[in-house]
Amino acid sequence: MKPGKRLILFYLPGTVLYLALFVYPTLTGLYYSITDWDGLSPSYRYVGADNYARLAEDIVFRKSFANNLKFMLAVVLVQTAVSLALALQLTKKNKRTVALRALFFVPTVLSSVSVGFIWTFIYDPSLGALNGLLEKLGLGALTQNWLGDMDLAIFSVAAVQAWAHIGQMIVLYVAGLQAIPRELLEAARLDGGTRGQVFRKVTWPLLAPAAAIVVSYTTIQSFKAFDLVFTMTGGGPAYSTEILSTFIYGAAFTNGTFGFASAASVVFLALISLITYLQFRLLRADRVSY
Amino acid sequence: MRGLGRIALAAYASVILLPLMLLVITTMKTTPEFYADPLGLPRRWDFSHYRELFDGQTMWRYFGNSAVVTLSTVALELLLAGMIAYGILRSGRKLGGFMFALFAAGLMVPSQVNMIPIYSLLRKLGWTNSLTGLVLVSAAVLLPLSVFMLSGFMRTLPKEMLEAGAIDGAGEATLLVRIVFPLCAPYLASTAAFLFVIVWNDLLFPILLVGGKDKLTLPLALLQFRGEFVTDYPMLLTGVVVSTVPMIVLFVFLQRYFISGALAGSLKG
Repeated sequence: MKPGKRLILFYLPGTVLYLALFVYPTLTGLYYSITDWDGLSPSYRYVGADNYARLAEDIVFRKSFANNLKFMLAVVLVQTAVSLALALQLTKKNKRTVALRALFFVPTVLSSVSVGFIWTFIYDPSLGALNGLLEKLGLGALTQNWLGDMDLAIFSVAAVQAWAHIGQMIVLYVAGLQAIPRELLEAARLDGGTRGQVFRKVTWPLLAPAAAIVVSYTTIQSFKAFDLVFTMTGGGPAYSTEILSTFIYGAAFTNGTFGFASAASVVFLALISLITYLQFRLLRADRVSY
Repeated sequence: MRGLGRIALAAYASVILLPLMLLVITTMKTTPEFYADPLGLPRRWDFSHYRELFDGQTMWRYFGNSAVVTLSTVALELLLAGMIAYGILRSGRKLGGFMFALFAAGLMVPSQVNMIPIYSLLRKLGWTNSLTGLVLVSAAVLLPLSVFMLSGFMRTLPKEMLEAGAIDGAGEATLLVRIVFPLCAPYLASTAAFLFVIVWNDLLFPILLVGGKDKLTLPLALLQFRGEFVTDYPMLLTGVVVSTVPMIVLFVFLQRYFISGALAGSLKG
């Protein structure tokens, strides 16, 4: 029963759409990056690697890169640690854990704009709940301008990013934890292992693939976090929350330098591809068998 | 140790619930009441903000736009990606492998990289304020993910069923529609749920591709409310509640699919 040549028909519509609206634009993007196109004029000049050279020297670009790294590290640390800690409590299959897992997942189905507005409200220095709560608890000295302080803003946004996605990572961890055969854990406990030892010697190594997925997914997600930053701070104050994706948007649509922005996208693409590739390799190498 | 775990769960549950409760409570206060006591409970549950929102804005239109775009995109996606995934399943190693790689490679290309060229392309085609354009672009951009997810699921199907059908003389289309799709139904549902959330909440492509006030999708409309309501938090948050309720309702009833969809979608690679 050789599959018929009709199969080409199955590929056709999707592939045509994909080539036309995904592959072709990506390739033309690469092309724009070596021009000085402003997005509007019908004509433009080739500038070779000029855009890339300018990127390397552009202060805002370098700041965006650094901010993105700060953001990513903060999000990855908080998101992966908290979701693991919570997932460990939610592995049993009963009504309570199912309900809690669903509750924790709710922020994930909200749009980033909604999440952004909710937390911009909470972070409001005078009307917001966070400062209000701190005052009521007598901790008024700790109140901050969460989104207006240049050093703090990026971390405030990172906290929100984590809030929005911890639920999703919990689901991944729970799946990973539930895949660990009970017998192994029980054998370890019978052999006299304390809870800590069982975790370190049995659970953690077998959880490594799930953990790798969580870390890499979070990393890539935090590089792509356009919607949230755009909604909450628009890159401010003073570019302290500008990340690569908002930089690209700004360079293209606010400053009208499409060529320059395309060069930034190419750099961004290279970075993400690298991370994705490393993720693939890391996962293949982490197949633990027992 | 066990107690600590319970405390952690309760603490995090509050971290989720309290902001959401505050959200709803704030929308039920009159604006002066809010400024007087931002954190307190309202004296009466006041729905005037909701009325004002629906009177002043074309909320039903925005809902309609989001619904049309999301449902069309998801339906189109399942169809196109399903056919491609099926093709990959049934093709020989070379063709199948090549097609899979073609789409999987797209996984490495984030939307922010194509957004500029896609925008230019659509402008050239005259589709800058078109919901149809938005649907086609969203569908195209989600193909790598959908093909990856669906082909992964299809690979788990028992080959014998397909082979038996083929021996009985069934053509490829029949095999797909009569055997594969029904067997894949739960996977299609999970994928649909995952895609639904992504498209409904998308901001990037709507911002670029939709301009006219009558074509705004909910997230975009919400963003524009900020320009209108500025720091009138009760009004702004009313917009948030209204945009969010449909998704929450769907989630409550279809949790299983949302969660399994997210699980599968995150495992890409």
